[in-house]
Amino acid sequence: MSLLSIKNLKVEFPTRHGNFVAAENVDLEIEAGEILGIVGESGAGKSTIGNAIIGLLERPGRMAEGEIKLHGNRIDQLDEEMMRALRGNSIGMIFQDPLTSLNPVETIEAQLVETIMLHLKMDEAQAQKHAVEQLRQVDIPDPEIRIKQYPHQFSGGMRQRVVIALALCADPDFIIADEPTTALDVSVQAQILELMKGLCKKRNAGMILITHDMGVIAETADRVAVMYNGHIVEIGETAQILGAPNHEYTKSLISAVPRPDKRTDRFPLVTYIEAAEETADLVDLSTHWLGRSRDFGTSDSDMLNLKKLHMKFITRHAFFERNRLYLDAVKDVSFSIKSGEVFGLVGESGSGKSTIARMITGIYQPTGGEIHFAGTDLTQLKTANDVAPYRRQMQMVFQDPFSSLNGRMRVKDIVAEPIKFHRLAETNSECDEIVFDLLNVVGLGDKAAIKYPHEFSGGQRQRISIARALATRPRFLVCDEPTSALDVSIQAQILNLLKDLQEELNLTILFISHDLPVIRQMCDRVGVMRHGQLLEISKTEDLFENPSHEYTRELLSLMPRFEFASH
Amino acid sequence: MISFIVKRILQSLLVMLAVALIAFALFQFVGDPINNMVGQDTSLLDREKLRQDLGLNDPIFIQFFRFVGNALRGEFGFSYVHRLPVSQLIGERFSATIELSFVSAVIALVVGVPMGIYTAINRRGLLSRSFMTLSLIGVSLPTFLIGILLILVFGVSFRWLPAFGRGEVVNIGWWSTGFLTASGLKALILPSITLALFQMTLIMRLVRAEMLEVMRADFIKFGRARGLNNRSLYFRHALKNTLIPVITITGLQLGSIIAFAIITESVFQWPGMGLLFIQAIGDADIPIMAAYLVLIALIFVLINLIVDILYVRIDPRLRTSTSGSGGQ
Repeated sequence: MSLLSIKNLKVEFPTRHGNFVAAENVDLEIEAGEILGIVGESGAGKSTIGNAIIGLLERPGRMAEGEIKLHGNRIDQLDEEMMRALRGNSIGMIFQDPLTSLNPVETIEAQLVETIMLHLKMDEAQAQKHAVEQLRQVDIPDPEIRIKQYPHQFSGGMRQRVVIALALCADPDFIIADEPTTALDVSVQAQILELMKGLCKKRNAGMILITHDMGVIAETADRVAVMYNGHIVEIGETAQILGAPNHEYTKSLISAVPRPDKRTDRFPLVTYIEAAEETADLVDLSTHWLGRSRDFGTSDSDMLNLKKLHMKFITRHAFFERNRLYLDAVKDVSFSIKSGEVFGLVGESGSGKSTIARMITGIYQPTGGEIHFAGTDLTQLKTANDVAPYRRQMQMVFQDPFSSLNGRMRVKDIVAEPIKFHRLAETNSECDEIVFDLLNVVGLGDKAAIKYPHEFSGGQRQRISIARALATRPRFLVCDEPTSALDVSIQAQILNLLKDLQEELNLTILFISHDLPVIRQMCDRVGVMRHGQLLEISKTEDLFENPSHEYTRELLSLMPRFEFASH
Repeated sequence: MISFIVKRILQSLLVMLAVALIAFALFQFVGDPINNMVGQDTSLLDREKLRQDLGLNDPIFIQFFRFVGNALRGEFGFSYVHRLPVSQLIGERFSATIELSFVSAVIALVVGVPMGIYTAINRRGLLSRSFMTLSLIGVSLPTFLIGILLILVFGVSFRWLPAFGRGEVVNIGWWSTGFLTASGLKALILPSITLALFQMTLIMRLVRAEMLEVMRADFIKFGRARGLNNRSLYFRHALKNTLIPVITITGLQLGSIIAFAIITESVFQWPGMGLLFIQAIGDADIPIMAAYLVLIALIFVLINLIVDILYVRIDPRLRTSTSGSGGQ
């Protein structure tokens, strides 16, 4: 008898336009001590399965068919009170975002003790001891001291450890982990996965690991179920699924994952998912407005040259200078980017890579150093009028496609705004024409113009962002994690689009990412950053083949990889 | 923490100085004080002498410093109309307004917060919906109308409660209280409900909105997944997070209960500062207006200070900026 078995599960969400089926015909078996990965893209119904098991489907969702058995007993028909007794006690659940999973106004101890006393019949003193022990088990140093602290005093990785301790404090024998490492840096991710694997084996607990990340699956899961559109399309041993997938969807999904081991020209597109909207070549870029009047001259000189760029943020305000605390986000960073080059910046969160992007584009004022753009030191320009022509030549694409577009503006107006601001079009009708062409160039089509951002998916929104960035005919583009919020299939499309545009318009790009495989596919040269310092700059191939800095080697070794037997 | 409080106090002082300047400006711009004080038949010579005696010929900033100095000692000169020291006039009425506001604030909080929680938890319940509908009435009906209606029903038709005045009061030192007599307590009921109604509905809607927001947070979902019961989720985890923004607004609302008791006091002929202020406006009695302005500003500033301190008490994220983020 398996630890948990799901038979013929169907979850539906009643809506005004009939029932939306989130998951259907799902059959799963999980043994004790086993880790089953569920992988798929957003909207595939992975989380729905986890929520159905623990009985926390978002309203108005409900289980329409099927049965869920834990230890051979049906749990999907239990009443609320009995289900609640199972949660935390027999089934533990870990969520994606450790920053929001903990109550910010209570100490770690208060939250642990409450949960422990609820499930294990202990008095408060025993529960406190047990709580410290739980923190020790998830490898939090000085648990006796840390337990008195509040969540905001922990880093992201440490918080996820606390979340795990909370979910496992009553020793459940079945664990659901819903994207447990998605919000974390690779080095932290590796530690957390290792920890979860260890705890599973040690306590002989079964686990469902829900993720979109093939690398995480490869490192952790014993078996994998691949989900697409509410259905499990394929299930089997991890090595078999990743190495020799049978289903077309799995094949195309795996091929869309950027390869860490070798540079390819273009990303294979996941044709199975959606008729991948390729760039409609309606516009001949060389003669079009976009390509025309790019009278920047073709010099071989550096497009961008940073000299001892420094940025410090005040982290504690105080009246007296000596009581103030500063954080050096960027410490004396110097590098240059050649015309037409794609320069990558890689590093973990807090390494200062985004801060550099923001200083270059003028969002932050650097505390020291020089930014030479096309031979002019931007830090010396004082008035907005002086800076404007340079600003026009550089544009930025942001990470989050949901918050970087104004939801109250039509796409047309969003894209037209930079054109109007820099007075690049003579008339309104000319401006409209340019906007339509831009939308075609990024593969959205004219019809997108009159819609609002919420009508588009994440990938489409990122296309809008790119169209907006191109609207001033820039020659320098800053892309700050442009695809880290997107599914792999969409990521492949967006990266292809960026590559095409870069070649056709001869753009210079500063490409910021934490994702090493993506960097390898996109960039000519790469800089590695840690704690605000630039540790190493080298050609991309050299960096991946012969990393010179120790930290780079460490990053490369932590990069989740999986064997490609299929190609 | 201490530097935070010191900073807030310094800011408060600046605000008070600005308000004092405005109050002082009243004297300069709203009519000639001498004209307001003396009769028609006073000779020009006498007027000039009076002007000299009162220091009105001194440079403006010396007059201002004198005004601030007097205000610090609680002296705002003599009322033009009552011919009594302003401090005495306000002192007599201060306790009436504070007692009325206090009772109103308690009603608003004690009823409003639980109603907000209830309507947030049972969002679709019949009772919640009727609360929400009723609260619309509370927000949209003007205070004076509610007051008049209450007087009509309970004061005139049923004759259960007094329609005006404070009833009997007991003097404890300079403080006169209506809490100790039956008639005093009875007299409090109608005006305090009138004054509380608007704030109550506001607090209810605010608590409801915040609570709904917090209930969507990940840590509530995670709490559910750990098997915590609803009582703990609602009243322990959600409520404390709800209170953080609610305290700010509520604090300011308490300030405005005191400041804008004017209408209620007029309707119920409540012998408080608001009524005094209304009369002072009618009579262009500038010393009273100036004193009232400064006093209300002081109350607001004090409440704000308390709110800021409470904020830091409740939210640990604000407290620990000094101890730093350990173990990053």
